[in-house]
Amino acid sequence: MNLGSGQGSMSTASSSGAWKAGDVVPDQFPAGLRVLVVDDDPTCLMILEKMLRTCLYEVTKCNRAETALSLLRGNKSGFDIVISDVHMPDMDGFKLLEHIGLEMDLPVIMMSADDGKHVVMKGVTHGACDYLIKPVRIEALKNIWQHVVRKRKNEWKDLEQSGSVEDGDRQQKPSEDVDYSSSANEGNWKNSKRRKDEEDDAEERDDTSTLKKPRVVWSVELHQQFVAAVNQLGIDKAVPKKILELMNVPGLTRENVASHLQKYRLYLRRLSGVSQHQSGLNNSFMGPQDATFGPISSLNGLDLQTLAVAGQLPAQSLATLQAAGLGRSTGKSGLPMPLVDQRNLFSFEAPKFRYGEGQQQQQQLSNSSKQMNLLHGIPTTMEPKQLATLRQSAQSFGSINMQVNAHGNDSSSLLMQMAQPHSRAQILNETTGNHVSRITSSMGQPVLSNGIAGGLLTRNVIVENGRGAGFNPVSQGPSVVEFPMNHTAELPGNSFPLGTNPGISSIQSKGLLEEVSSEIKGSRGFVSSYDIFNELHQPKSQDWELQNVGLTFNASQHANSIPGNLGVSPSVLVHQVFSSGQKSGQNMNTPVVSKAMFSVGAGSEHGNTHNISQHLNTLVDSSLRVKTEKILDPSCEITPFPEHYVQEDLMSALLKQQEGIGPVEGEFDFDGYPMDNIPV
Amino acid sequence: MERTQQHRQVAHMRQSLFDQGLLDEQFVQLEELQDDANPNFVEEVVTLFYRDSARLVLNIDQALDKSPLDFSKLDSYMHQFKGSASSIGAKKVKSECTLFREYCKAGNGEGCMKTFQQLKKDYAVLRKKLETYFQMARQVGPVETACRRK
Repeated sequence: MNLGSGQGSMSTASSSGAWKAGDVVPDQFPAGLRVLVVDDDPTCLMILEKMLRTCLYEVTKCNRAETALSLLRGNKSGFDIVISDVHMPDMDGFKLLEHIGLEMDLPVIMMSADDGKHVVMKGVTHGACDYLIKPVRIEALKNIWQHVVRKRKNEWKDLEQSGSVEDGDRQQKPSEDVDYSSSANEGNWKNSKRRKDEEDDAEERDDTSTLKKPRVVWSVELHQQFVAAVNQLGIDKAVPKKILELMNVPGLTRENVASHLQKYRLYLRRLSGVSQHQSGLNNSFMGPQDATFGPISSLNGLDLQTLAVAGQLPAQSLATLQAAGLGRSTGKSGLPMPLVDQRNLFSFEAPKFRYGEGQQQQQQLSNSSKQMNLLHGIPTTMEPKQLATLRQSAQSFGSINMQVNAHGNDSSSLLMQMAQPHSRAQILNETTGNHVSRITSSMGQPVLSNGIAGGLLTRNVIVENGRGAGFNPVSQGPSVVEFPMNHTAELPGNSFPLGTNPGISSIQSKGLLEEVSSEIKGSRGFVSSYDIFNELHQPKSQDWELQNVGLTFNASQHANSIPGNLGVSPSVLVHQVFSSGQKSGQNMNTPVVSKAMFSVGAGSEHGNTHNISQHLNTLVDSSLRVKTEKILDPSCEITPFPEHYVQEDLMSALLKQQEGIGPVEGEFDFDGYPMDNIPV
Repeated sequence: MERTQQHRQVAHMRQSLFDQGLLDEQFVQLEELQDDANPNFVEEVVTLFYRDSARLVLNIDQALDKSPLDFSKLDSYMHQFKGSASSIGAKKVKSECTLFREYCKAGNGEGCMKTFQQLKKDYAVLRKKLETYFQMARQVGPVETACRRK
């Protein structure tokens, strides 16, 4: 195999600067690229495997889509690219494609013996990065690495684009890092690429996660600057790019702003009693549950969209968001999300999500409406059930920011955002306010990896205690539950519906919501799994810091297990920690929504090991900043939190936050979020 | 020498498979994948194909026995079958699959049945020939096989 071409390309990639000495990578790249092949035909599978091995790629094959998904979820950053057949008995290839896009945001190549235009077009619309006609020739496989590189590059570009700091290098670097980070030669490339130091918070880079975005901690001041910028531009005209310019903060990327904006919007929405559109989040999640959620639906796609729009989350983050709530296939578009609606704070990257499945959820969610704001900020796909449950119990939960969907790549990826627990909480007010929007990535399926466990978003759940922070790298079940943790106080009161509704299992069937609610109830129900969160939450002060602990749980699994806790399934990454400014530098990566699980609110005070809290902190900022901040950087953030804790803590965190969010006046009257409401 | 003659025979047999339109370029791709690590790769793949596709052939047969014919199901089976066949380079069989699917789209049950009968025949013939070929090739030695095509 001649990797020369690869090298050539690599050099290009490296040219960006990352490759510093071009030492390692060029020679070997793309060798070691980790490919997952899915095809029900054993003959084809055998041939493909051999071909890929001949190309010096690392191959894993499976003959069922479900197996592939669980492999991917179990190892978020374990693969660089997926090749899948279109026609498979257990799941349609396009559906798998959507899931992967939403949850893991990996490049997916479709293949089929069918070369009809319609099918190929379907591949395009569903976000496949390439389409191969069978029989596949080895030459076609030799160049698949380009898709990995390209995606990384684009992701980075998005991130960096906002013009924040980056030095010219940075852009390059990230892409490079990104490109290679997951490649097989991790060791090789990564090192060189790791420009980490350059990145703003760089920490993340090390991980292979596809997109490591440095976390940005939204401190009080920063948030205030943000709010000022938004007001100056006018909420309708506030686009991340302009906001970024106005803020003029070095090191801040457009992505960061975008995701923060999303949360902010959700927050506003919540304050104004959102109810109206149940944030897009619900859409995705809610899916079938619609009925249960009724109110939650507000989060439906609306929010997601908004979020998506607002946040312009980087592909990743959006993906996660989407995944979470919308269950859409994320990743695909950098989501420029247009602010769909202020209400939709969650705009999870609408584009990303392809709600293929989420669509229905959305509708459902929307139906239920209002309530849902759960996810405000959390674009995760919350299953309607969850939302419903959340609502019920949690009412106060405000926004559960959840979800973070597993945007694959990193385990951490999910969770995003929890943003705005408060505002969302408001929205949730409608009913119990707990709409835990689970972000079910798979929309139809129980929570997308991130599925914010049901109740996330309970309105006002301000999870201050950072509990919510449970990032569960979504890899596991989609159930990412993000609950805007309310302030501790709220939790119990909020009654996340989660607990109440067993049905919420939206999170992957786990009923994270239930757990979440229970968590919340317990006042913090933090399921203590995350100690960290607890710490984070400490600040209870209205700042919410943690508030939005984006619980991304893999709801599926944990949801069940955690009865009292936030149901946030393990994978729930609770991010959203809206760290109220106070939080310590936690670098909240907002932009990284996709992956990072969001630091559970706790970030604020505690230096939080997890970035989550950071996010929360930002939120708090004395105004309900519920916005979940940044998506935790998957790579980095999550480390501190073990997967488990996500669930529980997140919920509590969410709850807490929700509480804090309290009544926010006016939709976008951000300037003063009334933090008073936040019952600390 | 005997060996040389054997080689020639093997080469000749192989060539005839191509000449008769039974195999196409994809088969060459498989041969190229064969290496020291997998010296019998092609044979393994072909064996796997026949084993796996037997089930499909049976399904199609059964579906053709039903009345009325479920064309979409038949088409779906055949799509799978075609994918497999094409991946081993079974040219003739593949073209019959295409023809069968045309008949399915046209709702022509008769055409489907006739085509399928022919397809089964060709499918069996190819199998025999390949078995013979592999046997001969093994006797001659893997090295020969590997470089022959280059």
